[in-house]
Amino acid sequence: MAIKVHGSLLSTATMRVLACLEEKELDYEFIPVNLRAGEPKKEPFLSLNPFGQVPVLEDGDLKLFESRAITTYIAYTYAKNGTPLISQDPKKMAMVFVWMEVEAQRYENAAAKLTWELCIKPITGRATDDAVVEEYEAKLATVLDVYEDRLANSKYLGGDCFTLADFHHLPTLNYLMGTKIKALFDSRIHVNTWCADILARPAWKKAFAMKDNK
Amino acid sequence: MATAVKLYGPPLSAAVSRVLACLLEKDVQFQLIPINLARGEQKKPDYLKLQPFGQVPVFQDESITLFESRAISRYICDKYANQGNKGLFGTNPSEKASIDQWLDAEGQNFNPPTSVLLFQLTLALRMKIKQDENLIKQNEEKLEKVLDVYENRLGESRYLAGDEFTLADLSHLPMTQYLVNACDRGELFTSRKNVGRWWDEISSRETWKKVVEMQNSRPRRSA
Repeated sequence: MAIKVHGSLLSTATMRVLACLEEKELDYEFIPVNLRAGEPKKEPFLSLNPFGQVPVLEDGDLKLFESRAITTYIAYTYAKNGTPLISQDPKKMAMVFVWMEVEAQRYENAAAKLTWELCIKPITGRATDDAVVEEYEAKLATVLDVYEDRLANSKYLGGDCFTLADFHHLPTLNYLMGTKIKALFDSRIHVNTWCADILARPAWKKAFAMKDNK
Repeated sequence: MATAVKLYGPPLSAAVSRVLACLLEKDVQFQLIPINLARGEQKKPDYLKLQPFGQVPVFQDESITLFESRAISRYICDKYANQGNKGLFGTNPSEKASIDQWLDAEGQNFNPPTSVLLFQLTLALRMKIKQDENLIKQNEEKLEKVLDVYENRLGESRYLAGDEFTLADLSHLPMTQYLVNACDRGELFTSRKNVGRWWDEISSRETWKKVVEMQNSRPRRSA
């Protein structure tokens, strides 16, 4: 198979790529990587991603790391398949890129920290650091205030259509909805509507269900 | 000469200087519009309409207003694909994907520890906040791990995404400039042979030298 994904179903970054492939209705092979055994930090994985992190995409001869670079590549290369996750209009796509950066630079920082403290650490038997949770909850609230204003004027973050700018939030968003952080999303009307919309997408649900089927 | 392209923000801001370098590489004429951060101009209602997070830079041309320096840089490279440094963001989809990968690596792996170090080693002092020694040590270690990856990579290729200078290398210029020249952390880079060679090359580019000149020619504080 031409498209292969090396990753772990525990990794939000891996889920980001798998769900993207589902949105694009593409065939792919999923190759599990054992995070607990430290597989990403050793060869042969390091030759795929020198940062020793999942996921990695192989498409023919091309090998890519960084989940958002991977989803961008998939969205452009397979633009005609499945859901269009980008815009062909350069001005509209410029706005999509702005909000993709907002997710990557502002939302991700807080969401990933909170996901780690409230979801991943407990699974792996470690104690949550309440001070960190408090700090990052406040940071996330500030970001969500901006989202609330934006989504009052625009159906999706990048514009009228669902794009990578919304899509990239799904893996951490899904985790956080199972924690007390859900209140931050629920208490903002437009953010709440947007969350319900994107979490209900069949492609996301299908990718997420892989965790139960393994 | 009037031009539709405007960039708002002081050249000393890392994110502003990232876009300045990109505009210069692509030979794009622009107007730089000062924003006085010390006076909080970026938090005023008119500016917040342009950039809802109240930060610099903001980019405007005849048809669009954008924020986030890496998104602005991507837009500039696409819009002005046929002028200036034509390979800055690749000339085919595979090249673009590889550059994107290293640009994201900069944003996700390099930028976070360097931002903390810049704050702790310079701004904290200026703002009279006590330095956090643990945080400095932790982030130096994180940065060292990233630079170890770069050291290997730059032993295999001249620049991060291949043999040509691209947006991925450019994106590292602002924070590295600070760490080397204002935070006394040059050794992190120069002690690694390939990283040191790479830093010398990218910081010697005429376009980057022009940006540094712009940074040094502005008064640090308003009169």
